[in-house]
Amino acid sequence: MSEIERAFRAAAPAEEVEEAVANFLRRAEREGPAEVAYAEADSPLGMLLVAVTPRGLVRLAYPNEGQDEVLGELAAGVSPRILRLEGKTDDVRRELGEYFEGRRRRFEVPVDWALTRGFTRKVLRATARIPYGALRTYREVASRAGNERAYRAAGNALGSNPIPIVVPCHRVVHTGGGLGGYTGGLERKEFLLELEGALE
Amino acid sequence: MPPFQRFLEEHGEPVYRFLVASVGPEEAQDCFQETFLAALRAYPRLRDAANLRSWVMTIAHRKALDSHRSRRRRPEPVASVPDASGRPDEDGDPGVWRRVQTLPAKQREAVVLRYVGDMPYHDVARTMGTSEAAARQNVRLALRKLREVMT
Repeated sequence: MSEIERAFRAAAPAEEVEEAVANFLRRAEREGPAEVAYAEADSPLGMLLVAVTPRGLVRLAYPNEGQDEVLGELAAGVSPRILRLEGKTDDVRRELGEYFEGRRRRFEVPVDWALTRGFTRKVLRATARIPYGALRTYREVASRAGNERAYRAAGNALGSNPIPIVVPCHRVVHTGGGLGGYTGGLERKEFLLELEGALE
Repeated sequence: MPPFQRFLEEHGEPVYRFLVASVGPEEAQDCFQETFLAALRAYPRLRDAANLRSWVMTIAHRKALDSHRSRRRRPEPVASVPDASGRPDEDGDPGVWRRVQTLPAKQREAVVLRYVGDMPYHDVARTMGTSEAAARQNVRLALRKLREVMT
């Protein structure tokens, strides 16, 4: 039987399979039945994963979060109709590139808050309004989100930020001068704050 | 449900091989796109992620039948006899799919689902809407004919 199977494999070489997949992706991009499109974006902080929906940027992940985990989370939390469609992420990747080159102080791509709920969403929306290079404390952000005493909950909300960098949770620090935590690791938080001139 | 991209990566190759064997390499490209577009549209409504291979093969099988039907309706240009799209395999023989094309429809479907789609007999039977016994008999006859021409 293996003889016949081998013959079938030879009849459909790998490059033709790749071509078929690429043609399908082009058509899916044009006809638009995908609900989440993602691609990788190179950055000084490593290869980021960028995911968008028709409503906007829904997820931005550092490499340490693991692509399979992130895609699984999107499948469960947004839609399993996820495809790797670079073109759909062009705007986000361009703005990120400009930000890391120091040429952009504000992101203009719309944000899709689909992966956030309740108080977390309020905290992240308040965080999204912190200007470039400015620092806020957890208590200030909690207060902006409507509950000054919930600064611990605000810390948790920031720790679960699905869209770091663009929703700038790195601009939130401790009252006493500590840097606080960061999903991508403290080195990345420092890098971003230095890039924005907040730590000089 | 796994992310569709992973589903595509896992099942793309067997589906493509299945389509080449069923309809030939030229129609296979179109059928492949139709199959995965249909799968993408229906994907979120799917309840059971347990047998995705069988599910996507059923769609591919339907697209292959549609393609056969529309080809039959079209006036057959001389250039589209199997020879035109036939290609040599590793040994310089015409591709095995061409021999598969000459099998009776049920035998062709059964052997292609079983060995190219890599499906167990009960899924072959379900996809074709026959009994498992019938699926086995069709595969057995198809293999016998293929072996005759291959040796």
